[in-house]
Amino acid sequence: MSEIELVDIQAGYGRAAPVLRGLSVAVPAGTIVCLVGPNGAGKSTVLKVASGLLAPRTGAIRVGGVDMTGQGPQRMLANGVAHVLQGHSVFPEMTVGENVLLGAYTLKDKARVAARTEFVRGLFPVVADRWGTLAGLLSGGQQKQVEFARSLMVDPKVVLLDEPSMGLDPKATSTVFEQVVRMRDAGTAVLLVEQNARRALETADIGCVLDLGRVHISGPAAELIADPQLGELYLGGRPAEPPVKPKL
Amino acid sequence: MHSLETVELTKAFGGNLVLDKTSVSFQHGKVNALIGPNGSGKTTFFNCVTGLIRPDSGRVSYAGADITRRTPHAIARAGLGRTFQLCRVFPRMTVLDNVLAATRPRGANLLRGARGRAETDRARGWLTKLGIEHLAGIEARNLSWGQQKLLELAGVLMSEPETVLLDEPAGGVNPALLDRIGGLVRDLNAEGRTFVIVEHNMDLVMSISDHIVVFDRGRPIAEGPPSMIRTDERVLGAYLGV
Repeated sequence: MSEIELVDIQAGYGRAAPVLRGLSVAVPAGTIVCLVGPNGAGKSTVLKVASGLLAPRTGAIRVGGVDMTGQGPQRMLANGVAHVLQGHSVFPEMTVGENVLLGAYTLKDKARVAARTEFVRGLFPVVADRWGTLAGLLSGGQQKQVEFARSLMVDPKVVLLDEPSMGLDPKATSTVFEQVVRMRDAGTAVLLVEQNARRALETADIGCVLDLGRVHISGPAAELIADPQLGELYLGGRPAEPPVKPKL
Repeated sequence: MHSLETVELTKAFGGNLVLDKTSVSFQHGKVNALIGPNGSGKTTFFNCVTGLIRPDSGRVSYAGADITRRTPHAIARAGLGRTFQLCRVFPRMTVLDNVLAATRPRGANLLRGARGRAETDRARGWLTKLGIEHLAGIEARNLSWGQQKLLELAGVLMSEPETVLLDEPAGGVNPALLDRIGGLVRDLNAEGRTFVIVEHNMDLVMSISDHIVVFDRGRPIAEGPPSMIRTDERVLGAYLGV
């Protein structure tokens, strides 16, 4: 069964033309699904629809098989969908610890909060080391890890990651991709958006190539890496023209 | 000749020493790269150099002149242009107007005098070179992250700085466009422009740089051509994680 499923989604901003035009994607339990595609293909928009930040114009969203179309972000989070946004979203004037504990705002059970805190401190050493430091004093890459830790406090079923490697140095990038695998192995499904396509596909189980608001190709990530069409479409930036039939 | 130089530049935030008597120089007419782990002080270095934050002590000079206490716009007029890691565009202006706003304003209206045919053509030229010309007429807030990065780059290039500081130009940008950005940097360098680029994408850094400076904990730990940096043990240990 899929942890989250988007079916035939049309979505966009204001009165502008739709960004997503009939997009469908499913994230099965225990898998990492990765979306790659050109700038402006609609990758971040998919995640906003999945977490309830943006209501789709048409189409359906199911979480654990239950229809959740039109629910706001607080309901989606309560049902196990956590979203780590692109860019930086820590509260700079609060400590690392306060930022992380905010992720547990909806949890009432103190023992559970303590257990989750220990879990994320173990997963992200920088979070444990800088627990009492103001988050704004951390570097961009370190702040990203605080955001990951915060999203995992609710023990989500699926976590939506928007370009987690952006701004991270090579070492931190490797760490982040390792964490993504560890999250999956610990039972959290992951929907990942990345420009670092090769690295992301090496990490993911399933890959989807987006272009012009639709899934253009999808399949086992390992097969996509080997697919010459991916290079043409994605590394080339525009969908390939249909092949011209040779004149006989 | 040294284009941009710092002498014992120091900056602390609270008890956190980010730049620790950093003395470094970048060569005129070259593509320079500044690399290093997260938190090593690269962006703070850019912010001190471009006047956005005041260093606690030390000196910044550009083309022989001391620019340490100058305001950001005075430094920009002296020929140092920059982009930001988390990009800054005018969200409710069109893509084309964003680029036009980067021309030197006449009076209070950013766009007055900037809408001439020649300037508009030049602005469209930059959008074309960066692959976003088809978005010229839409408001910048409708652009995706990667497209906004490209727009910011177009704006900086529009102002024709003699030296261009780029803070993670590849961050969030489609790999297909990286070759184009790399090619653009090399072309502009061939025309005489100097670059200082902060970037984590090692393929890009190694392919376009003449000279690389590596930061760790607010100080340069190595510098040299890509061939040397690639095999430097301190760099491998501190940064590349091998």
